[in-house]
Amino acid sequence: MTREKDGAPGFLTTRFEALLAWGRKYSIWPFTFATACCGIEVMGAFGTHYDIARFGAEVIRFSPRQADMLLVAGTVNYKMAPVLQRIYDQMLEPKWVVAMGACASSGGFYNNYSVVQGIDKFMPVDIYIPGCPPIPEQIIDAIVLIQKMIETGEPRARDRWPIKI
Amino acid sequence: MAEIEAYRREAGKLDMQAEPMILNIGPSHPATHATLRLIAELDGETILKLTPEFGYLHRCFEKESENATWTQVIPYTDRLNYVSSLMNNVGYVMAVEKLCGIEVTERCEYIRVLICELSRIIDHMVCIGTNMVDIGALTNFWYFWKPREEVYMHLIEPLTGIRLTTAYTRIGGLMWDLPDGWVEKCRDICRNVIVPAIADVNALLTKNRIFIERTMGVGAITPKEAIARGFTGPCLRAAGVPLDLRKDELYLGYDRFDFDVPIGEEGDTCDRYMVRMEEMRQSLRIIEQALDQLPEGPINVDDPRFILPRKADVYENIEALMNHFKHVMDGVQVPVGEVYSATEAANGELGYYIVSKGAGGPYKIKVRPPSLPLFQGMPHLCEGGMIADLIAVLGSVNIIAGELDR
Amino acid sequence: MTEELKNIVLQKLTGRFGADIVATHSDFGDDTALVRRERIVEICTYLRDDPDLLFDFAMDLTGVDYLGEEPRFEVVYHLYSIEKKHRVRIKARVPEEDPVIDSVIPVWVGMDWFEREAYDMYGIIFRDHPNLKRILMYEEFEGHPLRKDYPKARRQPTVGPQE
Repeated sequence: MTREKDGAPGFLTTRFEALLAWGRKYSIWPFTFATACCGIEVMGAFGTHYDIARFGAEVIRFSPRQADMLLVAGTVNYKMAPVLQRIYDQMLEPKWVVAMGACASSGGFYNNYSVVQGIDKFMPVDIYIPGCPPIPEQIIDAIVLIQKMIETGEPRARDRWPIKI
Repeated sequence: MAEIEAYRREAGKLDMQAEPMILNIGPSHPATHATLRLIAELDGETILKLTPEFGYLHRCFEKESENATWTQVIPYTDRLNYVSSLMNNVGYVMAVEKLCGIEVTERCEYIRVLICELSRIIDHMVCIGTNMVDIGALTNFWYFWKPREEVYMHLIEPLTGIRLTTAYTRIGGLMWDLPDGWVEKCRDICRNVIVPAIADVNALLTKNRIFIERTMGVGAITPKEAIARGFTGPCLRAAGVPLDLRKDELYLGYDRFDFDVPIGEEGDTCDRYMVRMEEMRQSLRIIEQALDQLPEGPINVDDPRFILPRKADVYENIEALMNHFKHVMDGVQVPVGEVYSATEAANGELGYYIVSKGAGGPYKIKVRPPSLPLFQGMPHLCEGGMIADLIAVLGSVNIIAGELDR
Repeated sequence: MTEELKNIVLQKLTGRFGADIVATHSDFGDDTALVRRERIVEICTYLRDDPDLLFDFAMDLTGVDYLGEEPRFEVVYHLYSIEKKHRVRIKARVPEEDPVIDSVIPVWVGMDWFEREAYDMYGIIFRDHPNLKRILMYEEFEGHPLRKDYPKARRQPTVGPQE
């Protein structure tokens, strides 16, 4: 795997990385952190009608050490946030985070003393899925967007975290 | 329970000659349907002491409703028990209508019965499906998910516009009337999709040796204990107490329908499963009768104090415009007082205690969640049993975190 | 139900306890009795055990904050009888400077968590409760959120993952 004189990756390196990307994108293993109503729609997405196994993402791993993608579905409140932070820290690189639903993206219509106004207050998020709850086809759309991100090698949200203004 | 006291007294007789181990079955666990936490003190596999904890989904329903108008509370209510959201909507507007003293029309009552019974069926399907996943029988989950998808796509979505969080009822009536062809589609789905699914799961589970061994005798409770702890719903009926608000406190005209209420004997997990399966069949009976008897007529009460005026009138004459403006900006004007109204939700008695000071929004709304006494009774059901029994019991008791934490 | 059997609950309560029942009403079909907080356990025991009343089922316990009125808080109990099929609501006022009331766990053991929630949300202290800790909010939370003078959108300092 040689590099050219100006530092650009050589032909074999790019082919190898493309092979890795192809393998990764068709085998995303989600960790569904389903707390509330969005969890029911996640179960619907994994069901037989909106089959997500077609996209390779059917292997739900309930242990963060074995998963690639953290799918936060539902409201996260201040009592639950440390638990979510710990799970995120336990996941291994490379990992992607999807905030599903209005509550995980920005607090939803709950603007009160107990709900975190979006999980991007404390962790980098790659894909936001709007909706309350989003229909299962939107979850499939999120998986496809992540596959495109892996394929093109686009920098993830984690690489520009924390965002400094 | 006496064995546990004996264990504690003769501490040297513990299995490993050591202290009991504390296991945290944490808030992010597949079997706890997320957001429930159980702290178990174990001696080997036997549970000595169980401490449940919740509050991981507290979304401040009460505080939000104090800052909203009466109609704006309705979307908050359907996120309480999110697997059967239509029932929460119906319960809330019934409480407000009791406070206002209005009687809804007959067609509205029939439609409310239809949506309540459909929600009851899909709630029981989720409960049994996920309970079986935790025990290890994944196929039933898929068998029950297909009817749920059919009900969502062909019945609830054409009716309300969205699959899950519906906000369909209004004070004094409903959002809009049934679409064309809904009645035939409902009959078709009930006969051709739900009945075979129940039959399939029945064939897989009811006489299954492994299922019986896993669930019979597990998490049993006596009627007296169940009443003292505040259990309601299928868990109470499985223990042998014949309490069903549809029969005892007639609301929504349930006396027009002919149905039975299944009562169990032992109060264990197997009885809870059987009671739920039979309740689904009885709900199908009610739906058939309601579809046959559905009358024509208006669905909203003819009272401009509670119902929005027709949109055509709002654009044409000034009184309707002012009426519409007052409804949207100030909210429905409800008399001063307090009221408690309970309905038989899928999980038990769902009660709304509403205090009104005459303003456009509530002064206080308290929801009496059916899952709270059930989760509180978990130590009584599980102490003395094994960890695997805890998982089976937790699934059968059907704790929905949305209504537990509100 | 005949006329004399209506409101049997309120009649028996006022007959037995007299001055301790401060006010009663039956608005909107719900029998309600406002009682003095010192006698709450005896009143609840009587309601549970009397053969005509038999309120063996405690449905709900909550607190209400009437900011501006004195006494400020009100503890509300909803009871149901399985055999007689009637309901009653018992209310007891507690003042702000001394928000203490006896716990009714000796009468109905299922009231345990409802009382913890009233403590967590309103700050009402239940004497002789075996485990009066916060139940819905996390332990480091300060204040009692459902009080009327607590702003809805106040943010509190967050806690990190526990060790």
